[in-house]
Amino acid sequence: MSEKLKKTFIVTRFDPDKDEVPKTQTYEIEVEPDWKILDALNHIKDTVDPTLSHRWSCRMAVCGSCGMTVNGEPKLTCKDPLSSYGDTIEISPLANFPIVRDLVVELEGFMEKFQEVKPWIMVAKERAVEEGTTRQSPEELADFKGFSMCINCMLCYSACPVVSNEPEFLGPAALALGHRYNQDTRDEGSHVRNAVFRDEGAIFSCSFANECSEVCPKNVNPSGAIQQAKLANVIDWATSFVVKRGEDVS
Amino acid sequence: MVDVSRHDVVIVGGGGAGLRAAIAASELNPEISIALVSKVYPMRSHTVSAEGGAAAIARDDDSLEMHGYDTVKGSDFLGDQDVIQYFVEQAPKELTRLEHWGCPWSRNEDGSVATRAFGGMSTKRTWYATDKVGFHMLHTLFQTSMKFGNVDRYDEHFVTKLLVDGGVCRGVAALDIRTGEMKAILGKAVILTTGGGGKVWPFTTNGNIKTGDGMSLAYREGVPLKDMEFVQYHPTGLPGTGILITEATRGEGGYLLNNEGERFLVTRDYGVGNKAELGPRDMISRAITQEIAAGRGVEIPGKPGRYAHLDLRHIGEEKIMARLPFVRELSKAYANVDPVHEPIPIRPVLHYMMGGVDTDIEARTSLDGLYAAGEVACVSLNGANRLGSNSLTECLVFGARAGEHATEYIKGASVGEEGPFVQQAEAEAARIDAFRGRQRGGEKIAKVREDMNTAMEDGTGVYREQASMAKAVKDIAELRQRFEQVSLDDSSKIFNTELIAGLELGNMLDVAEAVTWAAVQRKESRGAHACSDYPTRNDTEYLHHSLVYHSPEGPRFDKKEVTLGVWEPEERKY
Repeated sequence: MSEKLKKTFIVTRFDPDKDEVPKTQTYEIEVEPDWKILDALNHIKDTVDPTLSHRWSCRMAVCGSCGMTVNGEPKLTCKDPLSSYGDTIEISPLANFPIVRDLVVELEGFMEKFQEVKPWIMVAKERAVEEGTTRQSPEELADFKGFSMCINCMLCYSACPVVSNEPEFLGPAALALGHRYNQDTRDEGSHVRNAVFRDEGAIFSCSFANECSEVCPKNVNPSGAIQQAKLANVIDWATSFVVKRGEDVS
Repeated sequence: MVDVSRHDVVIVGGGGAGLRAAIAASELNPEISIALVSKVYPMRSHTVSAEGGAAAIARDDDSLEMHGYDTVKGSDFLGDQDVIQYFVEQAPKELTRLEHWGCPWSRNEDGSVATRAFGGMSTKRTWYATDKVGFHMLHTLFQTSMKFGNVDRYDEHFVTKLLVDGGVCRGVAALDIRTGEMKAILGKAVILTTGGGGKVWPFTTNGNIKTGDGMSLAYREGVPLKDMEFVQYHPTGLPGTGILITEATRGEGGYLLNNEGERFLVTRDYGVGNKAELGPRDMISRAITQEIAAGRGVEIPGKPGRYAHLDLRHIGEEKIMARLPFVRELSKAYANVDPVHEPIPIRPVLHYMMGGVDTDIEARTSLDGLYAAGEVACVSLNGANRLGSNSLTECLVFGARAGEHATEYIKGASVGEEGPFVQQAEAEAARIDAFRGRQRGGEKIAKVREDMNTAMEDGTGVYREQASMAKAVKDIAELRQRFEQVSLDDSSKIFNTELIAGLELGNMLDVAEAVTWAAVQRKESRGAHACSDYPTRNDTEYLHHSLVYHSPEGPRFDKKEVTLGVWEPEERKY
């Protein structure tokens, strides 16, 4: 067996029924050198303090549940190796979200923004199954595939300097998702989404800080999506005066 | 008083099957009210972790007959043949629907949907979106479900009981995890789509949420669990974590090697014939287990146990990045191995439960008003061994069937007198309040869970023996007693994950009981149930499904006929 190491974890604790404000609690535990941050939290929960609350499930960087702030940076904790830190590690909830309890944050605001971008294929006339699959070239697929890789882990909202100041800003993940559908050759709803994007602050308050793309654990590049979407939106807005729109889509 | 809400159809579980059921019900009747209740936000559901693909015929060299025959042979002739026929017919339609909804299926150069080879499938019929197929299917379904105005989501609500009175199921009692309050969510039909229970075992591909909740909910109401002895060990899990490395690695040409660098599936007779690495999962997992037992396992410095090597190096970096990028990401992050340059150490890992809540071909259970679909259910598509890439499609085909049938069923159904159902939810509120922060014996949830995991690994592994299975039956009975002595430290009502873990442990012990009871009864080897004392299949005595019923006096065992009629059972040899 590999040699155990001692590490100190300073973890945010908050129970709204008992605490006025969040506090911290310190745990000193022995860890395996190849553990991730999440392994340490689960070890604390199972063997030291069962009252610690955090979300997790897949532990393979795809369900998006376990985003937290580690030493000040937003991280997907199931993929974040302990070996990249020193002897003392601070773990707190994701920034820019209300805390529900301990390391668990409120996602309802995001879920509303997620739905606002209408993240589904909109067409004037529903295709019948009998028509078979749509043709889409590998190049057409590549135009949106990267933006479809978001796991909704919320690291980008935690890193974004605009989200906390501009409540109308839809935010990196939601905008990248809306843009993903706009880029899909099977979709006919881009002018509907563009109208959503044109709402006060919805997309144009993005300051292009690029923090979202830097912290994204899946290389979705929401910042790039937003810049593409802004440009497409201006063109769409301008052409709306000269080109008649087709049938209503849903 | 508990909060009461009223809907027409209540769906428990927000993964592939649940979301598909919600969409089907909504499309069939946009006027009805659908509740989608999930203990996590739907996009966290474990469908997200499926990697390799979804099966449906798509090519000129394929046919429904071939997909059907592959499936029934893969099932070791325990699959119901009417179910298999219905499934293979519906499969291409379901995957086409998903294409119309925006699923980013990988494409051929001409723009048609690409398919890849998979274990036990006689041609390329597995549709894929690189190697994150479950992720893309789940997100496509979840996002599409948002366009329907009549789906009310109850995210992060944990269902603790089905509301049943007078022989009909008319809703669920659900704990709002964020507030700790109990709700009565009433409906005229309930569909269980909660997935399997891989966390009953210690070394599993399954995420933390896979605790067999729906199986337990149905079991406690007297609905039988079917074919629970059949659990699938996927051949290729990463050391330590058990993280899945998809079968698509072998579909794309990967080799399995022993410590001598030998392709043992080619050089030795493991019954897979010229399918080699593309044999069915039960056989490949047994082959790896035998190689390790024979001393030809691979050692990893500093790690316990022995492994085989999954070698992708000859596939090359370009194709690995085009077809298997997630495999490379996972191998690097969780095994410190880059498959472009080194073989990946792997060993068989608990992956899937063929068994589950007994349903008919319409996804109906024996309890009026209750449906089940997906891994929680046993509609008998998979029999004794599931073929890789049939289960994602199963979620769609039978999720849709459950949603449609439930929508028809409620036309003639009413909730009736609400009183008894609401009273049950209030009794649940009291039960949960008593469990929260309960001080009893000194037992800890994590310790009882760990001991359950050990008992199940010892008793129901890749190979089983009568003695070890009988011991597991006894161990689980003792663990149920110990569970009664569990004390909880966390008395908070807000997001109390210790409480949820306690309730999940109770559910897993129900699943463990049914699995061990069914396993010990089956004195033959069939599919994934490889019994060392009875090494051959015995159609004379055991060509039947097994049923386990819960009763206050202990589990009761029964049998159910297998539906044949299309393909005659034959020796399963490839």
